[in-house]
Amino acid sequence: MGRKLLFDKAHIEGIRYYDVYRANGGYGSAEKALKSMKPEEVLEEVKKSGLRGRGGAGFPTGMKWSFIAKPEGVPRYLVCNADESEPGTFKDRYLMEFIPHLLIEGLLISSYTLGCNSCYIYIRGEYAWIPDILEQAIAEAKKNGWLGKNIQGTGFDLEIYVQRGAGAYICGEETALIESLEGKRGNPRIKPPFPAVKGLWDCPTVVNNVETLAAVVPILRIGGDEYAKYGIGKSTGTKLISACGNINKPGVYEIEMNISVEEFIYSDEYCGGIANGKRLKACIPGGSSVPILPANLLLKTAKGEQRMMTYEGLADGGFATGTMLGSGGFIVLDEDQCIVRNTLTFARFYHHESCGQCSPCREGTGWMKRVLQNIENGKGKMSDIDLLWDIQRKIEGNTICPLGDAAAWPVAAAIRHFRDEFEWHVLHPEEATKRNFGLAHYADPLEIAAPAAV
Amino acid sequence: MFSEEKLNKVKEIIARYPAGKQKSALIPLLHLAQEEFGGWLSAETMDYVASLLQIKPIEVYEVATFYSMFNLKPVGKYVFEVCQTGPCMLLGSDNIIDYIKKKLDIGVGETTKDGLFTLKTAECLGACGYAPMMQLGKHFREHLTPEKVDAIIEECRVKAN
Amino acid sequence: MAEEKKLFKVKIDNISVEVEPGTSILNAARKIGGDIVPPAMCYYSKLQGSGGKCRTCLVKVSKGSEADPRPMPKLVASCRTNVMDGMEVANITSPEVQEARKGVVEFLLLNHPLDCPVCDQAGECHLQDLSYEHGADTTRYEFKRRTFDRIDIGDKIQLHMTRCILCYRCVFTADQMTEKREHGVLGRGEAAEIGTYIQQSLDNNFIGNVIDVCPVGALTDKTFRFKNRVWFLKPVDAHRDCHDPKCCGKTVLWMRGDEVFRVTARKDKYGEVEEWICDTCRFDKKEVKDWTIEGPRKIERQSVISQGHYVGVHKPKDTLVEVLDGRQPKLLLDIHTVSEVNRPEIDLSQIDGPAHSDDFNKK
Repeated sequence: MGRKLLFDKAHIEGIRYYDVYRANGGYGSAEKALKSMKPEEVLEEVKKSGLRGRGGAGFPTGMKWSFIAKPEGVPRYLVCNADESEPGTFKDRYLMEFIPHLLIEGLLISSYTLGCNSCYIYIRGEYAWIPDILEQAIAEAKKNGWLGKNIQGTGFDLEIYVQRGAGAYICGEETALIESLEGKRGNPRIKPPFPAVKGLWDCPTVVNNVETLAAVVPILRIGGDEYAKYGIGKSTGTKLISACGNINKPGVYEIEMNISVEEFIYSDEYCGGIANGKRLKACIPGGSSVPILPANLLLKTAKGEQRMMTYEGLADGGFATGTMLGSGGFIVLDEDQCIVRNTLTFARFYHHESCGQCSPCREGTGWMKRVLQNIENGKGKMSDIDLLWDIQRKIEGNTICPLGDAAAWPVAAAIRHFRDEFEWHVLHPEEATKRNFGLAHYADPLEIAAPAAV
Repeated sequence: MFSEEKLNKVKEIIARYPAGKQKSALIPLLHLAQEEFGGWLSAETMDYVASLLQIKPIEVYEVATFYSMFNLKPVGKYVFEVCQTGPCMLLGSDNIIDYIKKKLDIGVGETTKDGLFTLKTAECLGACGYAPMMQLGKHFREHLTPEKVDAIIEECRVKAN
Repeated sequence: MAEEKKLFKVKIDNISVEVEPGTSILNAARKIGGDIVPPAMCYYSKLQGSGGKCRTCLVKVSKGSEADPRPMPKLVASCRTNVMDGMEVANITSPEVQEARKGVVEFLLLNHPLDCPVCDQAGECHLQDLSYEHGADTTRYEFKRRTFDRIDIGDKIQLHMTRCILCYRCVFTADQMTEKREHGVLGRGEAAEIGTYIQQSLDNNFIGNVIDVCPVGALTDKTFRFKNRVWFLKPVDAHRDCHDPKCCGKTVLWMRGDEVFRVTARKDKYGEVEEWICDTCRFDKKEVKDWTIEGPRKIERQSVISQGHYVGVHKPKDTLVEVLDGRQPKLLLDIHTVSEVNRPEIDLSQIDGPAHSDDFNKK
């Protein structure tokens, strides 16, 4: 059994409620931080832990916190990003639904560290029942003196508010989230200035993912140094992975970042292997926007080593032969799945979710979707594949926010690794509507560490 | 117009933000208004919300048209929003959509003649591990099968009577 | 003694310039001028918060600053990125930038109707200029273009959303120039559009400025619609004593003969208005007697508007003599006898801007 830090008590009956949570050591970290540590000391522990943002980008949390500006007389804000919308990702939902107090305790410690007295949880609008759970937990915490004025007699004040979004993936981008929280359209801001200097209502703001903020609790409990002993290298601690697709046991798993991808997919502790006795064809290990990998490159790196479930392990080989840990949305495709169709659904997703502010993303995402539709419907041309490649290349890196990159990468990776499947669709349009390309050579052992074509 | 009770809720929401930042309450208020006034936002409703927050009507229209959860046209009493993105597609969401279309004899974006059901497709709703799924009102209906869809439709019909 | 402000040294395409801290790369490039100035479709120096959206002004920062010489990982929007001391920027010297810009132009034109032959903006359209300079000769887009119905927002302004590139300039203008903004951006992504939601006319004495800031033919002057081609008109600087304190009263009249076809604000060489004008000046003062004419407007030589094609013109056949059975029409006044203006040795196409009597008086 892998070691757990967030879900170690998740199985306890009634852990959703304050009394049970508290009886099992809950708010112990907050007590320690507020009563016996200075904010700088807490920050030091978070820095030592090596905790990296769990929302997708993997930026060191301690460093992000140290950037916050502290002008006199200006309030600072902590915003919790619970706008979990990346296809394949549903880990924060699980955490908020089942252990809401873990998040609230994390918010309390983080707000204390950053010197914030108001904190907003921005949760995606579709999770319509979760605000009730969170608000109930907030009320419980307040009743027991963990929120409100003069918390536990320490003189520290904190209010936590829950704000629902209303259906926009883009609001997961921190500046779009801030705009939305200000009651505006979710158009990402042009950076700089960064939120740490000018964020919510032009005040210094830190935006962190739910899992990141929850992870602060075990860091304080066991200490930053101890936390850093979990995992491998710069991938410290544990990570929540939401596994879905054609596997036997879809769900949210907490893994210590020291296991291999193979173990994660096939061991009974986690995904339990591919469903219905099928074979693995491909996998998108970090949410829809990270590059898709064929089975052979997923399990082994181009150098022939075991691929590990860490930030570095999944990124090994760069985009040519690697991918990213991203937000931990682990999507598995079996041999019966069609890569073109899967890529099309992602292109459709990004087209639907583009805010429309900057031109490459606004126009390019729709174009890619339409070209992919043609290929999928048997109306594609060989030149369309190169066209797609060119479109994604012109979107990537040229947009205001990372949604452009997120839209470009899945298309690029699908063509990079599955070009023959696209070509088969073009050459056999009739057949392609009746059956799928199948596993082909995508699980064959890699012979040499050759960079893929294109 | 909101009832006294809802107006108190409005006040409570506005109080979450610093003075003068009441515009932040716009999205929560639009949710509230949509629930209250027939499941969609008419121009009058939006103007009313604008007046509550003392902002310009265009600021409300801009926001309401941006977010996909706000309906700008009347919808049925029960809205089936079926997710069709990658992970759901891998587990057969397309079949579920086709099944609902046939069963209710409507297309995507349409409402049944009796005004009970509207079918919509949605992009990833964050329940990928429990696919295929749909959103119905405040809650998710997961692990859908044709039989489950039948049961849900029946359940709604019973509730409507 | 006031402390002397330290200037930042910046190099753009290997040309050095010194600018004040807080200057954007684009404005530093404009200080240098010439070909190295990145094109800008959405940035407008007079509108706060504008820029960053169209991505045509992307440049490469090959050296961040003297203190931190690392290059920036991505291309940056030069209109919204401030210079640092010692920064080095590549615009036309970077193939990567040129390639990206070509892509952006293709994206901007993807859904553009390319109806320049019937568009009033033709001849002074920034998208037209941009696509000539950076665009490809054909489109690779094989799908149906997005279209919208034309709508009148008031009796003086027409919104032709199909042509819009969503630069947001008109939204900023309404926000910053008028008391109450009534139009905005509705919808999301590809379906985003400029509109009022419930159809209504925009009613404000400064709303006409949205016509001037629109880089394309999406917002046009209805009083000028299909009246004339801009390059057939003679622009002249004029002013009047406008009572509106926010209006500068300084305009350009676009004339043909004695007729004033339209009135616009004065624009600089980047197409930005020098000072704002009110709608009374713009729409209601269409007579020469309303104005004090200062002289011809200087138009950039590259503009189609300044192209007086007087060279190699064939004299049309004089039909008058023919219908008069060979009799010469009697001239009431033979101008040659009283004026020095007629000097055939002057090549009109060599004159900077539209011809003026001064050009003929120079000895």
